[in-house]
Amino acid sequence: MTRKGRRLTLIGVALCVVAFAVGLGLYALRDSIVFFYGPSEIAEKNVQPGARLRVGGLVKPGTLVRSANERISFVITDNAHDVAVTYQGQVPDLFREGQGVVAEGVLEAPGKFHADTILSKHDERYMPREVVDALKKQGRWQEGGGT
Amino acid sequence: MIVEIGHYALTLALALALVQAIVPLWGAARSDEGLIGVAQSTAIGQFAAVALSFAALVEAHLVSDFSVLNVAENSHTAVPTIYKITGVWGNHEGSMLLWVLILAVFGALVAIFARALPPVLRGNVLGVQGLISSAFLAFILITSNPFARLDPAPFEGRDLNPVLQDPGLAIHPPLLYLGYVGFSIVFSFAAAALIEGRVDAAWARFVRPFALIAWSFLTLGIAMGSYWAYYTLGWGGFWFWDPVENASLMPWLAGTAFVHSVAVMEKREALKVWTVFLAIVAFSFSLLGTFLVRSGVLTSVHAFASDPERGVFILLILAAFIGGALALFAWRAPLLKQGGLFAPISREGALVLNNLFLTTSCAAVMLGTLYPLALEQLTGEKITVGAPFFNMTCGALLIALCAVIPFGQSLAWKRGDLLGAAQRLAIAGAAGLCVAVALYAAMSGGPVLAPIGAGLAIYVILGASSEIAARLWRGGAPFSVLLARAAGLPLSTWGAAVAHLGVGVTLLGLAMTGFGAETIASMKIGEPRVVGPYVVAFESLQPRVGPNYRELVAKAAIRKGGAVVATVEPSKRFFPAREMSTTQAGIVTLDLGQIYISIGDENNGAIAARLYWKPLVTLIWIGACVMALGGALSLADRRLRIGAPARAKAALAPQPTRAG
Repeated sequence: MTRKGRRLTLIGVALCVVAFAVGLGLYALRDSIVFFYGPSEIAEKNVQPGARLRVGGLVKPGTLVRSANERISFVITDNAHDVAVTYQGQVPDLFREGQGVVAEGVLEAPGKFHADTILSKHDERYMPREVVDALKKQGRWQEGGGT
Repeated sequence: MIVEIGHYALTLALALALVQAIVPLWGAARSDEGLIGVAQSTAIGQFAAVALSFAALVEAHLVSDFSVLNVAENSHTAVPTIYKITGVWGNHEGSMLLWVLILAVFGALVAIFARALPPVLRGNVLGVQGLISSAFLAFILITSNPFARLDPAPFEGRDLNPVLQDPGLAIHPPLLYLGYVGFSIVFSFAAAALIEGRVDAAWARFVRPFALIAWSFLTLGIAMGSYWAYYTLGWGGFWFWDPVENASLMPWLAGTAFVHSVAVMEKREALKVWTVFLAIVAFSFSLLGTFLVRSGVLTSVHAFASDPERGVFILLILAAFIGGALALFAWRAPLLKQGGLFAPISREGALVLNNLFLTTSCAAVMLGTLYPLALEQLTGEKITVGAPFFNMTCGALLIALCAVIPFGQSLAWKRGDLLGAAQRLAIAGAAGLCVAVALYAAMSGGPVLAPIGAGLAIYVILGASSEIAARLWRGGAPFSVLLARAAGLPLSTWGAAVAHLGVGVTLLGLAMTGFGAETIASMKIGEPRVVGPYVVAFESLQPRVGPNYRELVAKAAIRKGGAVVATVEPSKRFFPAREMSTTQAGIVTLDLGQIYISIGDENNGAIAARLYWKPLVTLIWIGACVMALGGALSLADRRLRIGAPARAKAALAPQPTRAG
């Protein structure tokens, strides 16, 4: 093979792999992005049911109900709007009423959310950052006093 | 007093690092051996100072000196001694000190082994290393002083985060840092080559051992982190495509690409500019990882505290080093003499393909990790890029890479024989195909990718072994001759084969997760549940008291065919000092697979539990250990040892290339 031929082969192979990767990337990006909203944003932006998203806020005190087979329901609030959440499975160790939480799942109907993943903070001094931001937007967050 | 000595030693280390950053670089520019000679003593002195400083902090933690803020916030008198020690790096300040300690260890190693290096290269390498040390020592002293005092001292500490009270903390961070920081040496070598405008096979020979050390430790560190997450989070997952995990995966992918491309450079004097670029990229990703993890831009167990000042400081370091190195690269890289082109069907051609796959998958991981951060900064919109994105991009590219690994290994340098390689791999390919078909037939439901992955894994494992076997066998011979041939094969050949075998083993472990079983149940004492081939039943549920926690322990018996094969004790621990609870999964390894049980709350005498059967799951981590072993074998190869100066000189002359 000539020198030119070799260089062309190299460049050709490189372009193929890169094109393959870019194609995969674009295809995968289309449906694996999940948006994060606070309860107020869901209400304001009129998010359509069926959308996959993350909801963050505080677990509203007095709303946590545990039923058979690890089913739980609770309300996520930013003290302005609420979202009712259902979930089946074990919850993280630091999941409790009045604490910050992030739930990932599908909005089934306006204000009704079915979560398949529950994320909680991992340290009693620490609040999920998204939750802090969501609360700040509503003016419900005092620096240092929130935890 | 000891604490003040530690603080003083750290300041002294910064002063030494500054000298090391300025004098040798100046000396190298003037080719003044006297000035260059300063680098070695300062590097070793810097190591001694940082080690003293680290020892002082360990001492403060050991004696629970709560007048030190760091100890008061992260320790407790009731914590077992092992966690008092590991707690040193279980917080932001201490972990940065560990980072710098390991940086100093590597700096001292280069200083000791660098006598064989040409003086100008030595001066530049140690000078750049000094710059990195200065930046991070300044970062610690200005924003994260671990020796800050607290007045008045509290009677009791706030305890180490219970999640971190685990043997994993003793192993995972040091291993990971040895990997991250090890790439700083590779980076310094690349910067030195660019400053000098010269890079050759001898350069590759010097840098390769450090790259292999860093790569092997990073492999182990990632594997250990993954296993820790697996047993501690209670969800049975071992990889979540969490940004923090991605932060360690990116330097690994770039480092893996570097280890391969530097081999081409050493053997064939080709891919010079590319190899230097990869060296910069690998350490840049290590720095990016440190930034992502330590600055608090991410919410994770690794982000100890978010302090904007620290984030900005690390960002500045990041920008200075990555930007500086890339600018240097743009300016000086054209000076590096290009090596020859080569035939596409050859070992080096295959290694180029390997590099393409690794760097594109690294780019995909970077896109998925940084896109949400960038989008939030630009538009305020918050998104997460989920696991499907990474599985589809990085996963698919790495699987494609696995398919070509055995080919690359069995092609000769310069001009390979694709047909011959295919013939040699026919058995491995056929065996892989049989396994895939058999598993697919045996499977009921589940992802189709699982049997394909398992077949591919078998093919990679056999392909790696057949490479060695073909070299030993060669026309058949008595056993003693085979042994002699085995001993005669270069260790780097063994290393490559073993590392690739490890890739196959890990892939097999990953694929077999598709054949596992999982149940979430609320179980009464004595109520049996089928999980995979086993039956699990809880026998008792009792409270127990530990040194600094209380726990509720469930005892579960695992039966097969009526006989008890193992018992496990999953528990739920409560740590009063921080009012936090953790889940301790009950795990038992049976035939390389694991039964994994984690318990939730008790409700009317029934225990909420997650039960998993994970066949061959341990192979995921065993494979990583095998990969690291391969790296260690290559490292032990005499040809690569730095203390072989005769070789280094010989390398300057064009070397005869052997097949393989």
